[in-house]
Amino acid sequence: MSAPTSAGAPVTIPATGFPVERFTLPNGLRVVLTPDRSAPVIAVGVVYDVGIRSEPQGRTGFAHLFEHLMFQGSENLEKLAHFRYVQASGGVFNGSTHLDYTDYYETLPSNALERALFLEADRMRRPELTSENLANQIAVVKEEIRVNVKNRPYGGFPWLLLPPVMFDTFANAHDGYGSFADLESATVEDAQSFFSTYYAPGNAVLAVGGDLDVAGATALIERHFGDVAARPVPVRPSFAEPDLTSERRAVHHDAMAPLPAVAMAWRVPDPVENLTAYLPYVVLAEVLTDGDASRLQERLVLNDAIATSVSGYLGFMGDPFDVRDPTALLLQAHFPPTVQSDTVITAIDQEIERLAGSGLAPGELSRVQARLAAHFLREADAVLGRTLTIAVLEQQRGRAELINDLPHLLAEVTAEQVVAAAQTLRPARRAVLELVPGSAQ
Amino acid sequence: MSPQHAAPRRTVPALEEPRALPEPEVAERTLATGLRVVAVRRGTVPLVELRLRIPFAGEAAGEDVPVSAVLANTLLSGTDSHSNVELAAELQKIGGGLSVGADPDRLVVSGNTLSDGLGRLLELLNEVLTSATYPEREVGTERERLADRIQIAFSQPAQLVRRALLRRIYGSHPYAVETPEPSEVRAVESPAVRALHAERVLPAGSVLVLVGNVDPAATLDLVENALGGWAPTGSAHRTPAVPPLTAGPLLLVDRPGSVQSSLRVALPALPRAHPDYAAFQLANLVFGGYFSSRLVENIREDKGYTYSPHSSVDHSAAGSVTLVSADVATEVTAPALLEIEYELGRIATLPPTAEELEQARQYAIGTLALSVSSQAGLAGMLTALAGTGLDLGWLAEHPIRLAKVTLEEVAAAAAGHLAPSGGVTVVLGDADVVAGPLGALGPVERS
Repeated sequence: MSAPTSAGAPVTIPATGFPVERFTLPNGLRVVLTPDRSAPVIAVGVVYDVGIRSEPQGRTGFAHLFEHLMFQGSENLEKLAHFRYVQASGGVFNGSTHLDYTDYYETLPSNALERALFLEADRMRRPELTSENLANQIAVVKEEIRVNVKNRPYGGFPWLLLPPVMFDTFANAHDGYGSFADLESATVEDAQSFFSTYYAPGNAVLAVGGDLDVAGATALIERHFGDVAARPVPVRPSFAEPDLTSERRAVHHDAMAPLPAVAMAWRVPDPVENLTAYLPYVVLAEVLTDGDASRLQERLVLNDAIATSVSGYLGFMGDPFDVRDPTALLLQAHFPPTVQSDTVITAIDQEIERLAGSGLAPGELSRVQARLAAHFLREADAVLGRTLTIAVLEQQRGRAELINDLPHLLAEVTAEQVVAAAQTLRPARRAVLELVPGSAQ
Repeated sequence: MSPQHAAPRRTVPALEEPRALPEPEVAERTLATGLRVVAVRRGTVPLVELRLRIPFAGEAAGEDVPVSAVLANTLLSGTDSHSNVELAAELQKIGGGLSVGADPDRLVVSGNTLSDGLGRLLELLNEVLTSATYPEREVGTERERLADRIQIAFSQPAQLVRRALLRRIYGSHPYAVETPEPSEVRAVESPAVRALHAERVLPAGSVLVLVGNVDPAATLDLVENALGGWAPTGSAHRTPAVPPLTAGPLLLVDRPGSVQSSLRVALPALPRAHPDYAAFQLANLVFGGYFSSRLVENIREDKGYTYSPHSSVDHSAAGSVTLVSADVATEVTAPALLEIEYELGRIATLPPTAEELEQARQYAIGTLALSVSSQAGLAGMLTALAGTGLDLGWLAEHPIRLAKVTLEEVAAAAAGHLAPSGGVTVVLGDADVVAGPLGALGPVERS
């Protein structure tokens, strides 16, 4: 490859110095602050340590349904008031349900900090769980599932469809959006019990980022959250499952899809307990799939033209640093109907074997690490992304400061580690889901 | 649970004094070639965001769309100096990336880089602008991929209903066709792509926006050095004026077996530069432009018909349009449309309350500040504004305009633009099931 003279050595990976302040209230609520006064905006996020994996049997989709109920009124706020107060402050809000946590957040002009804290404390104290709100939100969630899954080609592919192939336990395998039957049978008592168990202040992390003064924000947080009553914090069970010892395959017929697709997943080391062993897999996914110069793009898409798209990532929800064990490295490809799925799978296997056997090309690792750093910094630029990242890092690891360290830790991964990671992506350890267009015959 | 009777009512805290948006440090220059360059310092993270907007509309509906689409997908497929893979590797070395998108209005090259790599990113950008080769093999591969992706897109209800709506709104105007047919894309050859590049990928009328931890003045010099030689010929491309909306029967597009119906209503809108735009923006917010709007509170939070109804305003170079959207369960298709029309009629004939106006006003002012508080957000906003000839000055003055809008002005803007009689409605769904109930509300034409 002839590089022009102006192309210098790879750039050095820059460091960020986002400050992190932390304290814990007597009721157990952990708080992390990351001040940044460069723009008059703040983000407030509350992350509860409960997600899809903690749903009871027969209550698939309940963690997400409950997330909706947290917006339907609270101790001092009527239905719709939460939305109106945030938006009348010039802010935006949302919540989302993940495998291991559920988050609630607002981004607002910084003069609304105290108001946002009030709103979050009010629903941490007591959400308004009524049968009317429950019925309304069951209907809304069903429309959400229709628009995102049932009425759409590739709906739930592969994030809802691959876990039941890879995993055996209810916690890891079930549909996190939920079956309509389970959603419709949810009761107010279920909601009360779920709240009582999982939404204790000691099971949450509050993060505030942006235009704030640490002493002032601390006083406001103590004022609004200090009297949320402490409750016992549930012990999170282990969701561990043994690794696969032989390949598992399944076929999904998608009547709406025009093109076939395939997704596959391999278990990876525990992201929280064994970060050092986990990071090479994050780099490996990028080596394989990030951009035209990646292994699988070049082979499958550009050279062999047997796939229209290829992607690879860590975690079923694409969440490398906000998921606990067990989790996976995923690869997926869409391909033309004239191509056989085994042709695609074989080409992927050959590229992984080539990497595992012959290693990385000169310069390949450092350029991938530079791009990974840029991706990570870009996420951290927006105050909301930064704030939610430190909240989850604090909750799962007690290490909000990792937000500054991860680009460098990823840059310290060696070629030998990436090759060793590639050597574990053997067919016998994987789960494969083939998506076949059209109805089952 | 704490006993409910013990909880005294608490008052929601008032807002504090707002902090002013800091004046951004900015430098601007129009190069001799006609390229306008805007550089802004925003240094939260050591990155730079890049957007290059090139006017790209054709003369008539669909005419250049297949070639434009292939051009956007192959601009980075090779240059005189680098193959596609080499170019991608050169970008990765600086932590950088480039991507290209086209629509009937413009071509946009978007990218970012670790800030130490900005000089190199600009060199590579210049290389693709001045020496993209559109190699036959890569064009052949990419057009097949693109055709497959379009086939996937056209299996999505959101894409199908948008295709029908744009045709219905714009007729023969270039905006009528946004996405080409797969068969048209498969017929595109390299020479046609090279010819379109030579004709339209020009600095005249184009805008380059750079936002990041950069020295804005020094950045202009860097750009002038790197891109000063890009095609100093040609004149900016102009888009013909859009036709006015013509109301007519509801257009029903069949999607047999669909479990949801996609409802879309297009209405007139004002462009951002119009003196009444702030009032119109607030009228649309009160109607359906944000969560705390009448439309969402009615058909989602009260009736549970839909997950994400909304009313948004699309701004293109040649005109703006209001788009109301809701995806609803098949059995409530007609009742949901009735509620949309009811809320449009209400906003067009009755002024909103003072409380509704204040809430929408604070939302508009606050979210404007939020949207430009990240590098990517500010770069995107400046690029969008540039499309209709606006700049940072508009951004600085818009909160002041919003603060002055009166109830009477909002009512007038709503009456003038949001009346349901002026709307164009398209519904995608299971026609055999929904045609009857929809017919109860007005004339229905099946596509």
